[in-house]
Amino acid sequence: MNITVKVWRQKDANSKGNFESYKLNDITPDSSFLEMMDVLNEQLLAEGKEPVAYDHDCREGICGMCSMFINGRAHGPDTEITTCQLHMRKFKDGDTITVEPWRSGGFPIIKDLMVDRSAYDKILQAGGYISVNTGGVPDANAIPISKEASDEAMDAATCIGCGACVATCKNSSAMLFVAAKVSQLALLPQGKVEATRRAKAMIARMDELGFGNCTNTGACEVECPKGISITHIARLNREFLCAAVKE
Amino acid sequence: MSNVVSSSIGKKFFMSITGFFLVVFVAVHLTANLSLLFGPRAFNLVSNFMGTNPIIQVMQPILALGFIVHIIYASILTLQNQKARGSEKYAKVANSHQSSWASKNMYVLGGLVLVFLVLHLINFFWKLKVTGSPLLNEVNIDGEKMENAYALVAGLFNAGTIGYVYSGLYILGAILLGFHLSHGFWSAFQTIGWSNDKWRIRLTVIGNLYAIAIALGFAIIPIFLLIFAK
Amino acid sequence: MTTLNSKIPEGPLAEKWNNYKAHQKLVNPSNKRKIDIIVVGTGLAGASAAASFGELGFQVKSFCYQDSPRRAHSIAAQGGINAAKNYPNDGDTIYRLFYDTIKGGDYKAREANVYRLATVSNDIIDQSVAQGIPFAREYGGLLANRSFGGAQVSRTFYARGQTGQQLLLGAYGALNRQIEAGTVKIYNRTEMMDLVIIDGKARGIVTRNLITGKIESHFGHAVVLATGGYGNLFFLSTNAMGSNGSAAWQAYKKGAFFANPCFVQIHPTCIPVHGDFQSKLTLMSESLRNDGRIWVPKNKEDAEAIRAGKLKPTEIPEENRDYYLERRYPAFGNLVPRDVASRAAKERCDAGYGVGTGKAVYLDFKSAIERLGEDKIRERYGNLFQMYEKIVDENPYKTPMMIYPAIHYTMGGIWVDYELMTTIPGLYAAGEANFSDHGANRLGASALMQGLADGYFVLPYTIQNYLADEIHTPRMNPAEVKEFKDAEEQVKNRIDKLMNIKGNRTVDSIHKELGHIMWEHVGMARTKEGLTEGIEKIRALRDVFWKEVKIPGTANGINLELEKANRLADFLELGELMARDALHREESCGGHFREEYQTEEGEALRNDKDFMYAAAWEYTGDHANPKLNKEILKYENIEVKVRNYK
Repeated sequence: MNITVKVWRQKDANSKGNFESYKLNDITPDSSFLEMMDVLNEQLLAEGKEPVAYDHDCREGICGMCSMFINGRAHGPDTEITTCQLHMRKFKDGDTITVEPWRSGGFPIIKDLMVDRSAYDKILQAGGYISVNTGGVPDANAIPISKEASDEAMDAATCIGCGACVATCKNSSAMLFVAAKVSQLALLPQGKVEATRRAKAMIARMDELGFGNCTNTGACEVECPKGISITHIARLNREFLCAAVKE
Repeated sequence: MSNVVSSSIGKKFFMSITGFFLVVFVAVHLTANLSLLFGPRAFNLVSNFMGTNPIIQVMQPILALGFIVHIIYASILTLQNQKARGSEKYAKVANSHQSSWASKNMYVLGGLVLVFLVLHLINFFWKLKVTGSPLLNEVNIDGEKMENAYALVAGLFNAGTIGYVYSGLYILGAILLGFHLSHGFWSAFQTIGWSNDKWRIRLTVIGNLYAIAIALGFAIIPIFLLIFAK
Repeated sequence: MTTLNSKIPEGPLAEKWNNYKAHQKLVNPSNKRKIDIIVVGTGLAGASAAASFGELGFQVKSFCYQDSPRRAHSIAAQGGINAAKNYPNDGDTIYRLFYDTIKGGDYKAREANVYRLATVSNDIIDQSVAQGIPFAREYGGLLANRSFGGAQVSRTFYARGQTGQQLLLGAYGALNRQIEAGTVKIYNRTEMMDLVIIDGKARGIVTRNLITGKIESHFGHAVVLATGGYGNLFFLSTNAMGSNGSAAWQAYKKGAFFANPCFVQIHPTCIPVHGDFQSKLTLMSESLRNDGRIWVPKNKEDAEAIRAGKLKPTEIPEENRDYYLERRYPAFGNLVPRDVASRAAKERCDAGYGVGTGKAVYLDFKSAIERLGEDKIRERYGNLFQMYEKIVDENPYKTPMMIYPAIHYTMGGIWVDYELMTTIPGLYAAGEANFSDHGANRLGASALMQGLADGYFVLPYTIQNYLADEIHTPRMNPAEVKEFKDAEEQVKNRIDKLMNIKGNRTVDSIHKELGHIMWEHVGMARTKEGLTEGIEKIRALRDVFWKEVKIPGTANGINLELEKANRLADFLELGELMARDALHREESCGGHFREEYQTEEGEALRNDKDFMYAAAWEYTGDHANPKLNKEILKYENIEVKVRNYK
């Protein structure tokens, strides 16, 4: 298939960016979106131009590094998918595909389609863990956990930290990301011990880093590659408000 | 505690609580107004009760405060959200599949409802409480003297061409309010954490039914008065 | 030949680790604050080690090339993690886990290390649960187990098909906690460029900031490499795009021995290659072989018709299908170990019976669906089937999956002793980066176990035995130390050299070529001639690279081509060492199969008389032949046997 890719090019964080259009011929529908981008880059290199910078690593939908806003959707036109798992058969011959970086105040652009998501790390550093040291922990089966709670915790824990929720949210809110971790740990007896502290610390960090406020539009869960439900946001709200009351 | 109040969830909590309050108010207000459909006597009695009942009098400033808090926090949150989005906007956004139109336009909807509210206050509240109106002649119902509020309301919608305009505006206002509530209702529950996978579906259904009832209820009034109160 | 001292503690096997811990040296808390440890890599081994060091009170610097430590490729592990908990009461013991691991590795791993691994496996599960990892559970609230290849017991703990992700996020959480506490400083998007040695000891690293291009030096009293495997040398593998062997290679060139580089695991169930643009291979979990049957057409004409698109697999009647694993290995059937299954698939495809592009075989769930119903299969493998459908656009419930072997894991790596120290004092290697525990073939669900064992429960002890003598070494300021400045200079020179080649070949085109050579000559079936030819080709390609590679842009900023070129330059050398190792090892074992050394039935034929050792290669110069050092493997607690799956 022959396509045109309209890609956001931006030299660095401080430069002004713009779209460039490139024509690509003979792309096989079975290749992945990133393989199409590889072909584009090989073509640019052959023309003596600088290749498009974009983040990617595992290319199997789990590391969370790939992050493209394709034709107006985070990770492109498919559901529960990452950019690297998207295939060209989702497009038609002759299509023009618009590729933009994640856009959010919280994720400054580094170059072209690469953005800085270290804010996510910082939020988790504030409390996205259970404070136990290595060793000295009880036997794994000492505390039974109901299968339902464990399964629901796992639903939340599947978050890959890609940033699609922030990218797609009209408010640039990181609530789904924060909720996934708070909810996972709040559902487990091991995590309950410091649930109050955790919710407050993580929300404070999230606010401090300039993410927006959730207005429950639900756009995030639609674009989440792992289908994480905004029900976890409700749990986060509950955890946080209970923490406030307990104070 | 202060950092809780200033946090994003804290601010939204106030939105949610005032929202609940306004949801209740709107329901009460509609119930009272629907007495218009039962003629001047019924409406004047209700109107008089509302105007004189001490509890309602106490609730009035609280209600005003609820509106103000709701609006102020909405403005703060919206400004912050705009800032959080960053300076550069997406060139292309495919929205159709994502979320409801209302959920993404709550501030605009709220703003339009506010415009309508001001008009509404000028039309009725202002005249009833401050300036008075020639239409508000005293009537005597069961030996009690009271203002003829019915005449004021019916007069607005039956004043020739301008009456049609007002009717249109009031119907539009009702629809805007309905949209606002269609997202606001369940969203308020979500924000205070009273939602899960099951209840979310239930609450959206209830919220939508409520929003439709409110929009229809308010829209019926001008239509009814246009037809039957000549 | 240097005598390699593995420093195995005295005493009976089961007591060695306790003996070690009882007698090792420790660093007291006030001194820990004065000691810096560098950890390169943030996968299971690196993140768990860095977090544990931080908890102990050391000052840690943690490095990763990705944008966040959470992206390390441990995250992609699907199946599970082994431990000898014996929760199912099916007869598991620490000894049995130890035994299965040694046997699965075809008797090429060190007994003492593997026994310690089996011992601490249970602690890992306890630790992970305490961290809030949502392992699968039974309705009673206790942990669930499943079975995996190479074991007769159910000892695998799992979190859906995302066990690696959950364990890594647990270690990442622990790391985050230490970052917040100030004991760990994280350097993301930073790649190690060289190792710095002062007075014979590892004292730090030189790095390149991948955003600014800045070359920087970092001092550490000790350096831990947890940088993963080198499978990407084949270009196409199940590794992440950025996974590389450069840190290990820098260590090798500075004097660390590189052991058993030819032991590479080829996983039988990957989605086949579809075309030249392909960048990456996707693994389908080994668990699929529990219910799927592997076959190719019995008649060549049918295979040709399928390849030409004239025939569908569902149109081939039962009697014309060749379930070759069931035919060749009636006892184990489709559940033979990974190396055996991979070789059998290659044999059929080479003989002309392959489907798809000719390099694929069928994995068919038809009989399982008939037996159990589609719902049951969906419950067991739903997410894998969905992933397959997304990638291949075929419904595996209706038509058989196509699979083919692919490079997956490298058992070989930097040689380490019992303390996980390399031949350079103060330099440690952990996880897939070292060679220690899996011998010539790794069993499923053991990589996660080893990575976390090294990071949580081995290094935090053994590193202190070394650091106890370093408390008098003051922190150094790299700007004032000649060795650091020299190393920085060398790194800059190398980058300049790469940038100034200004040829006309892209990095990927050369990398793909290297991949073809490796797959062809150093892949699943190796011969003396093939390997000799392969070495020549790799050398020639190395020359091509240094003459013709093209890197646009500058080194002062993001330059993805430069990053790739730098890694490829090392792969080109590592590939040669791998071929040399394969050439020297005149036997077949585990992932290493030499066609000359096979039984009449085509099975691997080990030569215990001459090759019962780990080959630890020593660097002697860029164009000189490396020197072979041997660590003789002694099996005192296990009887060495021939693996038989018939």
